[in-house]
Amino acid sequence: MPIEVNGKVLETDEEGYLADITQWEPGVAEVMSKEDDLTLTAEHWELINFLREYYEEYQIAPAVRVLTKAVGKTMGKDKGNSKYLYSLFPYGPGKQACRYAGLPKPTGCV
Amino acid sequence: MAKADFEVPELQEYTEVPKYVEGTMAHSSPYVAKPDHQTPLGFPGALVPDWEEKTLEAMGDLLGKYRSFQVYLDSCVKCGACTDKCHYYLGTSDPKNMPVARQDLLRKVYRRYFTFAGKFFPKLVGAVDLTREVLDEWYSYFHQCSQCRRCSVFCPYGIDTAEISMAAREILDRIGYGQKYCNEIIAKVHKIGNNLGLPGPAIQNILDGLEEDVLDDTGVAVKFPLDVKGVDILLVTPSADFFAEPHIDGLIGYAKVFHECGVSWTVSTKASEAGNFGMFIGSYENMRRVSMRIREAAIELGVKRIVFGECGHAWRVAYAFLNTLAGPFDFLDPNYPVPQHILEFTWDAIQQGKLNLDKSANDDKVLTFHDSCNVARATRMGDKPGGQFEIPRNVIKAVCNNYVDMEADTIKERTFCCGGGGGLLTDDLMELRVKGAIPRINALNNVVQEHGVTHMAAICAICKSQFTKVIPYYGFEMDQIVSVHQLVSNAILLTGQGEQDDDDGEDDE
Repeated sequence: MPIEVNGKVLETDEEGYLADITQWEPGVAEVMSKEDDLTLTAEHWELINFLREYYEEYQIAPAVRVLTKAVGKTMGKDKGNSKYLYSLFPYGPGKQACRYAGLPKPTGCV
Repeated sequence: MAKADFEVPELQEYTEVPKYVEGTMAHSSPYVAKPDHQTPLGFPGALVPDWEEKTLEAMGDLLGKYRSFQVYLDSCVKCGACTDKCHYYLGTSDPKNMPVARQDLLRKVYRRYFTFAGKFFPKLVGAVDLTREVLDEWYSYFHQCSQCRRCSVFCPYGIDTAEISMAAREILDRIGYGQKYCNEIIAKVHKIGNNLGLPGPAIQNILDGLEEDVLDDTGVAVKFPLDVKGVDILLVTPSADFFAEPHIDGLIGYAKVFHECGVSWTVSTKASEAGNFGMFIGSYENMRRVSMRIREAAIELGVKRIVFGECGHAWRVAYAFLNTLAGPFDFLDPNYPVPQHILEFTWDAIQQGKLNLDKSANDDKVLTFHDSCNVARATRMGDKPGGQFEIPRNVIKAVCNNYVDMEADTIKERTFCCGGGGGLLTDDLMELRVKGAIPRINALNNVVQEHGVTHMAAICAICKSQFTKVIPYYGFEMDQIVSVHQLVSNAILLTGQGEQDDDDGEDDE
């Protein structure tokens, strides 16, 4: 199902992930979160930006532990855990946040 | 947790056998593989135009190759012993999820084209023509079998529905009708080396982070080596151990055990996956290609031993097929089993007194243990029958003071699948996964209510991911699922641990 972002039509796969990750722009996250009835806060954006930077360097989403550690460092130690990430992204930080950030879905036994 | 768009079953004291309701799961069908997922595995990119002919050709080929397949199709007497044994039937009430009915989906076509009676008197023997409807039904219901083999324990003829569902998936793959989840993953293993598609630098980054964390926690420099040549042990572990929780806590446990035992070890980029989804799709060729990576890595790194991490079906492939697929392993040290399970290694170390264990580190928990289907019903650990049941429990009891088993009918060789095994651990099958977990969750809930169990330990990456995702639907917390080696990790007192940082000794885990 394609999504419309700032007048542009972007292809997604059947699970809603961007077909071409180079087409990502912040509007993608806005449109996708609106569909999920989620309002993106500064904390959400912090995570999305981290995911994109990590992906840029390693060509894969960060491991949950890498993510929680990074969050703990930048947002405070009490937030450096999966529960906090799930409170931001109820469908899972790996899957929902990756989708908003334009990253491919993590596959495998996760 | 995400909201469910289906009805979540209610917990019961005992899992009752539901009255069947036709077609409750007829809509359940995973995403179909795209050409990018199919062709790297050697399968056609999309459904071939002459699929009727090719389907029968593939079925004939498998019947000729695997005697067991034909015996299973021929020998069912419809006794009904299997009907209430499948977690997916118990959770969905769909009669096509009764193992016999699942087998019949393939059997009725087999009879029509491969047996005398079916060719001439199809109606008398329940034989049907191969149609698109039949094919789609295969696709749906052979992706509602987690190949856990619980039904085969109760079948008087030993019919193994898993083998029938593997054959069905192999046939579907060969005509270009594969499942996205499994085939995308296998393609990633062929290309990158693991199910997640973690490139070497990402694995290195994760392992560096773990070294840092363990040093911070314990004051001891425990190494997490990658691609180091000439070491004793190649650790082959599911890539989820690098990526997900609670898996990664198990990986920390393995590293601490190796450290304390003074053996050198390494993870390999090339063989950075223990899992072998080739088995789930019944493809001998893909299973072999995935296994060959382990052989090649072991040779290139010059290791003496291969140890497998906590992964259920990986241990089945390793234990039962590795030598046939990728052997002989005559270049390894013959004094050790090829391959060895990490639990065998750890239990051995515990018995030899090599680990200094403080059980009280796990006193905040009351544990139970989920036997993973492939480990329980297709493998062994140690050198005694039933070792695959005893060794994990022995290790847990050696590192925890509080342990309770779940009801006898739901553990060991009668264990219930987590609901996400066999290539079904994908979001597009979430309804099936949640419903199929109910027999296990009922048993867990009983020990929670009666014995105050707080955590369930597992030794399979799929089980761990499935449970952390699914138990919140039933009112549990995701962190109630733990890795067995996470418990070991909590309890190990490393040599030198706490010597220089007594003031910072408290553990807030």
